[in-house]
Formats: sequence, C-alpha cells, structure tokens
Amino acid sequence: MQRAFVISPKDNVATALDELQPGSVRLLGEAASLQSEAAVKIPRGHKLALRDIADGEKIIKYEVVIGQATTDIRAGEWVHLHNIRSIYDERSSHLDIHTGAPKDTKYE
Amino acid sequence: MNNQFNLSKTPDGRVPEWLGYARANGTKGIRNHLLVVYTVKCAEFVAREIVRRSGSPDVELIGFDGCTDNQYAVRQIISLIRHPNVGAVLAVGLGCEYMQPEWLAKIAAEEGKPAEWFFIQDKGGTHPSVHCGLEWTRTALDLLKETPRVPMSFADLVIGGECGGSDYTSGLAGNVVAGRFFDRLIEQGGTAIFEEIVEAVGLDQYLESRAANEKVRQQLRYTYDKALAYCQHARQYSISPGNFAGGLSTIEEKSMGAVIKSGTKPIQGVLKVSERPAFPGLWLLDSTPDPYYMDFGITNPSDNEGLMDLTSCGAHIVFLVTGRGNVVGNAVAPCIKITGNADTYARMSGDMDFNAGTILEGSRSIEESASDLARLVGDVASGTPSKSEALGHHEFHIIYKYQEKEVLPCRECER
Repeated sequence: MQRAFVISPKDNVATALDELQPGSVRLLGEAASLQSEAAVKIPRGHKLALRDIADGEKIIKYEVVIGQATTDIRAGEWVHLHNIRSIYDERSSHLDIHTGAPKDTKYE
Repeated sequence: MNNQFNLSKTPDGRVPEWLGYARANGTKGIRNHLLVVYTVKCAEFVAREIVRRSGSPDVELIGFDGCTDNQYAVRQIISLIRHPNVGAVLAVGLGCEYMQPEWLAKIAAEEGKPAEWFFIQDKGGTHPSVHCGLEWTRTALDLLKETPRVPMSFADLVIGGECGGSDYTSGLAGNVVAGRFFDRLIEQGGTAIFEEIVEAVGLDQYLESRAANEKVRQQLRYTYDKALAYCQHARQYSISPGNFAGGLSTIEEKSMGAVIKSGTKPIQGVLKVSERPAFPGLWLLDSTPDPYYMDFGITNPSDNEGLMDLTSCGAHIVFLVTGRGNVVGNAVAPCIKITGNADTYARMSGDMDFNAGTILEGSRSIEESASDLARLVGDVASGTPSKSEALGHHEFHIIYKYQEKEVLPCRECER
C-alpha cells in the first residue's frame, strides 16, 4: 500500500514516501497512527493533511510550526505553496506550485 | 583495521580505539597531511604543481585567492595549519601580496610541524619554484613517516556536520541518523559541531531551550537574530526552487529538517569560524558574516565553504548530509557523505558513503542506522579512505568574509 511518514503525533501533516493516489495511505514512523486517506494525487516528498486545518491555523511538523494555512485545508489534501505560507519568508506566496520557481522577479 | 566500532562499548567492554598521529602541540590527528598553502591566486599554479608532482595522496592544497589579507581568511588559513590532521606546511607566495607566507610557516614551526616558505619572485619563476617546493616536500614526507602513533577513541574525535542539496528525506532520515550518531558520540565524550544557523528560521525558542546555560542561551539568541536579519536584509532565505519542487514548502520546514542533525544534547556554545570548541559536547558553528560597512562575504556560498568552516573549527571528519547527492571532498578532513534517499544512494553509489534511507524503508531502525554510521566513522578514522578521498577529491573554499571573533549582539538588529 502507498505510504506516508509521520514524525510526531502532534503533527497535522505527513510526508508522502510514494506518489499518492486518492485512497488509503499507510502511515509509517515512530509516531504513526496506522492509516490515513489521500483525497487527491500528492507527489512523493510532499505533505498530506492528516486532519482538517482551518484558514490561518498553524501547520505542525516535527512538533514545530512550519507555516500557516492561507485557506481551509481538508484532511487528505495536498499541503504546499498553494495553501500554506511561511511566517518569515515574504516570497513564500510568490512561488510556482509545481516548480517552486519565483514569480515575483521580473525577467525584462 | 577492525570492525569492532560501535556506539557503545564493544561486548568485551573495550572502548573502540585506533592509532592516530600525535602532534607536538598535544593534539591527535587521523590523517598525516603535508599542507601546501598559497597566499594569493597568483601563486596557486606553482603550489598546485608541487602538490600534483609530489605524487603523494598526503600532500594537500589550500590557499586564499585575494591579494589583501582579509582577517577572517588569515584566521582560517592559520587554523588549518594548526589542524591535527596536518603534519607539515609549505607556504608559497608570489612576493607582493599582503598575506605573509613567512609568518604562516613560523606559526607551523611553533606548533612543532616541519615548515618552509618562499616567494616565487625570489626563486626566479615557475620552474625553480616548483623544483624547490618538491625538494622540500620530499624531505618533509620522510619526516612525516616518523610521526609517533597514539591510541585514539571517539572521545578524541571532533566531527562537523552540515547538509546541502536537501530533499524531503534529509529531515526524515539523513539528518535524523546523523543527529542520533552525534548523541552517541557525545555520550562517549566526543565533540560534534553543527552549522547553518540561517537554516534555523522559526526555531529560536527551540534552540534556546537546548542551551547548556544562560550565557549560551544569550549566544544563541544573538546568533539567531543576526542570521534572521541577514536573511531579511538579503530578502533571501536558505531555500531554493529545487527544495520547493521536492516538497519542502517553507524555510521553517527546511529548518527543522536541518537542525535535527544536531541530535538532542545540550548546546555548549556558539563557535565562530576557526574557533576551537573549549571542551567536548555539542557546539553550533556561526558562519554568517557579522554586519560591517563593506558587507564582506555571504553565508554558505557552497558546501565546500561550509565544510571548510567546520574543518577550521578542528573537525577531524566532516559529514555532508545530502538528499539530492553531491560528490565533494575536503582537503584537510575526510568527508563522509550521507543520504537519506535510497534512490540517490543507488544512483551515486560511487560517491555517497552512507545510505540512511534504510530507516524509511523500514529495514533499519534509527538506532541501528546510527550504529552502522559509527562503524563507518571508526573505519575512516582508522585510515580507510572515504569515497571522496579514494576518488581524489581535495576541495577547499576560503572566501573573503567579515566576522568578529566573539559572539556579540547583532548591531544590524538594533538599528
């Protein structure tokens, strides 16, 4: 079965160890809670929401805040540049969701 | 060579040991290098030619490209001359630069290391200079063969760790295993140095909670504030499009994945580049420039530079944890390259020393993988070449930078 890794039971995201297709996901790691469900396709190495996360809520991984939701995120959704942002890095919301390339620099 | 190295004592109760090189200054090295140092870019070719034609893998090259003697770079060159893995020093200058090869050779001699220096202009150009350098190098290599051997254990080791080319596995496997190894190294009386404070964004309270005492807590606060001011000033955090594409969404996420390589032990203090840890335990290296009107230097311009900074703090061995893979080595301290990505390990197995991806596949626990890494460290410390050493990698990168010698409050932050 397709797998994702959870670091701490306090985390609200897991990391995809395989490219996830919608459906059941086996959770690994010393803090794994057995099973979750992917709602959408999620690339390998990217994050899966383990529960519903409200707009403005903190994203927790390694038991620390790694960003903030910029919209409501449902359990099983892909968590990345399109729905969370850095609390520090002002360029965080200007990045291409697939390539990570900056969209705030003018090439002219 | 034996394979008895373990994180704990061996079954018969012995602490793992190997024979190192005893230096006259009291330090113990795991390599017996003759260091050829050039003091300006103009002298590089001659120095490099001496190294190449010596035909010895123990002869290593470092140098500084600038003609003006940047204090930071001078400190770094001197700290590498004093490094326990270095047994002899040849300083090669052109003849009109600021950095003085004679003074470098004098420092090496004061450390009890065979040392020589010359100016290329005085010798009469390339040919006589290379000839003179080679003659001396041959004599010095004979002297180095007589270096007394001395038992060493993990308690004598200083190991530096940094990461580069991070991907999602770095914070799940590579850095996790490096951190667990550092915990065990420190339990055996050893020393670990981790770097990249610009990759600790958002973790100020976490770092402070790991300070050994109030003084260290304040050092960590100063160092963090400076690094954050640096990133804000440059409008650039230490995260790149490749990191985002690989699944890291923010600098905070990358930061925790990076800081995890420090393990869990208390932090004993913040070192500036070229400063030695005062006693064993875990130390943070601050390689970020201090604010200065010339704004000299950038932080972590390359993995080579970071590895050089760790080496200049006395690291016998340096770890490079890389999810995406790298090929670099280091002129003074053997580099052990660790990846948490099993695909990277398979694709670059000629270069990567250690696969921590086994903990994601579930075939090894974190503790078992850290034990495997300890055995590899023991092997490399006792003379087995790391992959980059065997391939002939000898990278170094010494740059212009401005840094205070002391950890001080960040002036930029107070403006």
